[in-house]
Amino acid sequence: MEYRPLKPETDTRAHLVVIGNGMAGCRAVEELLARDADRYRVTIFGAEPRVNYNRIMLSPVLAGEKSFDDIVINDADWYAANGIALVAGDPVAAIDRAAKTVTTRSGTTKTYDRLLIATGSDPFIIPVPGKDLPGVIAFRDMDDVDTMLAAADAGGDAVVIGGGLLGLEAAHGLSLRGMKVTVIHLMPTLMERQLDEAAGWLLKQALEARGQTILTGADTAEIVGNGKVEGVKLKDGTLIPASLVVMAVGIRPSVALARDAGLAVGRGIQVDDHMVTSDPHVLAVGECVEHDGQVYGLVAPLWDMCRSLADGLVETPTGYRGSVTSTKLKVSGIDVFSAGDFSGGDGCEDIVLRDASRGVYKRVIVKDDRIVGAVLYGDTADGGWYFDLLKKQEDVSDLRDLLIFGQAFASGGGAADPKAAVAALSDDAEICGCNGVTKGQVVSCIAKGAHSLDAVRGTCKASASCGSCTGLVENLLALTLGDEVQAGPKTMCKCTSFGHDDVRREIVAQDMKSIPEVMQKLHWTTPDGCSSCRPALNYYLLCALPGDYVDDQQSRFVNERLHANIQKDGTYSVVPRMWGGLTNPTELRAIADVVEKYDAPMVKVTGGQRLDIFGIKKEDLPAVWADLNAAGMVSGHAYGKALRTVKTCVGSEWCRFGTQDSTGLGVKIERMSWGSWMPHKFKIAVSGCPRNCAEATIKDFGIVCVDSGYELHVGGNGGIHVRVTDLLCKVATEQEAMDYCAAFIQLYREEARYLERTAPWIERVGVEQIKARIVDDAAGREALRARFLYAQSFSQDDPWAQRAEGAEREHHAPMARFTPQEEMA
Amino acid sequence: MTGDWLDIGWVDEIPVRGTRTVQVAGGDDIAVFRTAEGKVFALLDRCPHKHGRLSQGIVHGGAVACPLHNWRISLSTGEALGDDKGCTPTVPVKIDAGRVLICRASTLKAAA
Repeated sequence: MEYRPLKPETDTRAHLVVIGNGMAGCRAVEELLARDADRYRVTIFGAEPRVNYNRIMLSPVLAGEKSFDDIVINDADWYAANGIALVAGDPVAAIDRAAKTVTTRSGTTKTYDRLLIATGSDPFIIPVPGKDLPGVIAFRDMDDVDTMLAAADAGGDAVVIGGGLLGLEAAHGLSLRGMKVTVIHLMPTLMERQLDEAAGWLLKQALEARGQTILTGADTAEIVGNGKVEGVKLKDGTLIPASLVVMAVGIRPSVALARDAGLAVGRGIQVDDHMVTSDPHVLAVGECVEHDGQVYGLVAPLWDMCRSLADGLVETPTGYRGSVTSTKLKVSGIDVFSAGDFSGGDGCEDIVLRDASRGVYKRVIVKDDRIVGAVLYGDTADGGWYFDLLKKQEDVSDLRDLLIFGQAFASGGGAADPKAAVAALSDDAEICGCNGVTKGQVVSCIAKGAHSLDAVRGTCKASASCGSCTGLVENLLALTLGDEVQAGPKTMCKCTSFGHDDVRREIVAQDMKSIPEVMQKLHWTTPDGCSSCRPALNYYLLCALPGDYVDDQQSRFVNERLHANIQKDGTYSVVPRMWGGLTNPTELRAIADVVEKYDAPMVKVTGGQRLDIFGIKKEDLPAVWADLNAAGMVSGHAYGKALRTVKTCVGSEWCRFGTQDSTGLGVKIERMSWGSWMPHKFKIAVSGCPRNCAEATIKDFGIVCVDSGYELHVGGNGGIHVRVTDLLCKVATEQEAMDYCAAFIQLYREEARYLERTAPWIERVGVEQIKARIVDDAAGREALRARFLYAQSFSQDDPWAQRAEGAEREHHAPMARFTPQEEMA
Repeated sequence: MTGDWLDIGWVDEIPVRGTRTVQVAGGDDIAVFRTAEGKVFALLDRCPHKHGRLSQGIVHGGAVACPLHNWRISLSTGEALGDDKGCTPTVPVKIDAGRVLICRASTLKAAA
């Protein structure tokens, strides 16, 4: 299709040829016309057989909210009225800079005086098998929308690959059109470039509630189908049926034409501040350019660029200085906003507000008293205000305490002192929304002796649920008591106002399923926690949801991530499991071979009756494990907050004093309990007689065999503070000894705090409490035992074998190797 | 590899909130970190305290906790945070079309 101006060939003005009839190309022409409508004769080449339309509005067209005509920016009359020749549907195939001509696919050649390249971006198609099957499309132009609409008419399943902005909009539209949509996203959280982890998690929850299936951390292996697409197969083997696959994994600047023409191209076509390329007669603008090392995929920078470009073309150069970008959008009716740099880092302070009941998350990042970034979810009303403060680099130190509450509150002349603001509240003002507690009730509860946050939580229940009013309650305590406020129980870490027990109780009560969910619902003050709370939360979730919870490797200490013990020189020690301390020639030979093969400088017999191989290099660990696995040995978990060892003496089978088969029982107990994760390390011993050669009375769980049965001891510790066990009870049979052991382990797993050994735990709660639960309450004991065995059905999977077979290989191999000598040669 | 930057691989090869290393012959490894927000940083893989491998620590916010004694080291400046004092050399990083590039001169310095 071609729209011709009135007298093209007799026009003697300089000829500006524009490659690209999209938002950037036409906007540049509009800006030029606004400055000097007569200076250039303009010809625009477009690849699509259409007039200029607003590509951003394709999503509403897909969703059925708009028609194509609604999103046209410039119709045919505009081209005619401004004397612009439009060649649509016949894309430029080559540029000849020497001859100053462009040639289209159909062979038409035009000369130019100035050339403007505005080719935009190409969708990135991931190179998987099946990517070329009919039914696999991108989401870039009106043709793609037409394909999607046709597919939606037929109904069925759609898969969207890519959980970024574009992918989610495609998914939303297809979902509204009645398709069953699955979004596959490679990264752990949605829209990770615009949103932080917490906001990404909230978005996922909301979209799932709207009926979409969202698979994060999912890697596409291939697209399957015979003649047309039939489904998507993930690397983990999952097959998702689909009659339509939309690839929205990203865009790449479209630079092929420019590169073929010999222009300087980096990630995009390189331009100066006036959008001039390496050839002074050729300009470029929009998503296809790289300015000062930056490429942009948003619309706002494009407007800035077009202004600078037009200024340069009419010789009043202003110069483009790059853009600070913000994203404000609605995905499936949910408002999200982000701007600036939200990666945190040095000198950055996070101000975080979470309101779980309203589904709101706000995070403002401040550095040197200036806002450097913001992420808002659920309530984006103040996005513009934060963005404005950010762009103007305004000093926000005066607003600091109230900043997060938004513009109305922070600059509305309200009391700048939060304590004064609380003092000004009336007695019937609600402090705690969750439990409906007024200021008057909180103050009277403080007056009656609740002199700490915990005491207030315990009596009137204010701040005892979601914790978002903790600051208000603390201010009321300070106002009422002055210096007499008592420090509460230790919080889990500085990221939260809750203690370990509160967090655990809420995880179970609110059925929380992931670390970001806990952080959101309990109003964490940091975006992704710290090295104290993350491992604890990971354990609590693992314990609460056996078989369901996906262990977060990045929330594990190095030893548990690498399944070996880090030593001070950065090498690792490896301890294979020897059940009950027994071994045999095959195992010993395998260990000896490993020591020689991998040059281990030391082997040591441990206090727990195992062999510890020292000095193994990180990259050798998988091979070492494979060798040990081959001899039948599995991980000894000597590195974990887990069952370590069951130490035994030889017992009645060999010893003249032995009363029971202590070795046999030790092996059975170790077989039952190995692989279980615990709040801290856990050691067991079984001694065959009261001489107690296995030192069972300084173990977490110790059994001392006697003629008439088995004495069960708990809470011993041989560490800095030696603690002798408490006697739990005596049982008659081996089976009972094992059942009580399982129940005790589970009680410890469920009720001790993370990093609390059994000894301090029992001193904290009292051994009588433990006896009441394990000895006196037979039904409770049986339930604990059953829960332990159920959890064990998921945990007795040798982590060494998985890694020897290649799992988590990236933990062991370096990403790259660098040899300076080779470099210089 | 030529130029001022060394191409060490794809960003996606580094787990989110995780770390990979670059082995430097004759010198300390370089630890390359990726934060929850997807920013990439590189430091010499050596804690200023007792030379623990920072690449083995837990990455949180813009910092990493050393696995040996839990010092927190800023990923952007290499400075110890909180009350601890010390600094680990940083290695400039840039991302180009999904590839991670680290500064060649700083890497050579690590090998020296």
